[in-house]
Amino acid sequence: MAVKDYIRERFFPHMWCAGCGHGIILNALLHSVDDLGLNKKDMVMVSGIGCSARISGYVDFHSMHTLHGRALAFATGIKMSKPDLNVIVPMGDGDALAIGGNHFIHAARRNIEMTAIVMNNRIYGMTGGQFSPLSGYGAMGTTAPYGNIDHDFDVVDLAVAAGATFVARTTTYHVHELSDLIQQAITHKGFSVLEVLSQCPTHFGRRNKAGDAVDMLKMYKKRTVRIGSDKKKADPDLIERGVFVKKDFPEYCREYDQLILKARKKK
Amino acid sequence: MGKKKLYAHHIDSSWCKGCGICVAFCPKQVLELDKNQKAIAARPEDCICCRQCELRCPDLAIEVICSKTEVSNE
Ligand SMILES: Cc1ncc(C[n+]2csc(CCOP(=O)(O)OP(=O)(O)O)c2C)c(N)n1
Ligand code: SF4
Ligand code: SF4
Ligand code: SF4
Ligand SMILES: [Mg+2]
Repeated sequence: MAVKDYIRERFFPHMWCAGCGHGIILNALLHSVDDLGLNKKDMVMVSGIGCSARISGYVDFHSMHTLHGRALAFATGIKMSKPDLNVIVPMGDGDALAIGGNHFIHAARRNIEMTAIVMNNRIYGMTGGQFSPLSGYGAMGTTAPYGNIDHDFDVVDLAVAAGATFVARTTTYHVHELSDLIQQAITHKGFSVLEVLSQCPTHFGRRNKAGDAVDMLKMYKKRTVRIGSDKKKADPDLIERGVFVKKDFPEYCREYDQLILKARKKK
Repeated sequence: MGKKKLYAHHIDSSWCKGCGICVAFCPKQVLELDKNQKAIAARPEDCICCRQCELRCPDLAIEVICSKTEVSNE
């Protein structure tokens, strides 16, 4: 199939700003689903609220555009009732880790098989540039006009600590790696978290004097390294990319099936 | 040396928003923005079919059509 067979063409051109990283994530996701040869009838995309969350309207999968921060809860219901479906949950940084932080850690702890993609632009794009739990110290936002004094979560560390069994990070500059990691995350039999650094030139870029989309992508190239690179020892502020955790662990829906069998035998 | 053969760049200018990402990161400087800020393939003969422009376009506006395998240059 061609990539365009996986989208709802009638909604294009999409609503994202020129150069928005969220479009690159959509692009990579479509190429990944195509490369894996997945049938769109087996795919469900569940999203919350945000510029990022609008992604579910563009894919021609089963889709649900739900409540801010609660996409993982809706997705859990879908997966429990139809475990054969392939569930993908793209979330903004605010959606996943501010209002949705609790859902995020508990979905990870349960190890329910689905793919959580954190589209991290370090800001609330949709509502006009407020800081998020991923903005980081010193970042500028409409709600931090003199610089943010909150420190950020490290999404990878948080996901690992909460029990996610596949955890990876990349950026919208590294498109081949992005596509490879999305494919690994989708095929992993457990809760997968993929953090993708994604540029918001309109709010983060402008307020933080980070330039346009091209400049922000160049920064991802310059300021990130593969896990284990020696460069990180010399420059600890570099951000690592790659797969941090990939492990086998009992999956929630399968455990639940076992539990049902056990309960039936007891009768 | 064989390389993949380019057949065409399909650029949907009604979807292109002129962000310049494809232009900036093409390793062979094949692409340009025209006067309406739409991407065009200005030097298609230099294209090496790496498909980076297709994958990096946030607007799904570019498709690079190439031979599946490497073909030798006559
Ligand atoms: C319960 C609730 N609270 C607040 C909002 C307002 N709101 C809409 S999107 C958003 C944050 C979006 O930021 P993020 O999740 O990072 O997505 P982005 O737009 O940056 O992709 C907020 C606070 C809402 N829609 N619902
Ligand atoms: S405001 Fe930011 S996140 Fe939202 S569409 Fe524009 S660039 Fe993308
Ligand atoms: S990357 Fe896409 S939207 Fe941006 S200029 Fe190129 S074709 Fe247009
Ligand atoms: S396929 Fe590669 S070489 Fe050809 S135009 Fe696109 S980025 Fe340039
Ligand atoms: Mg955001």
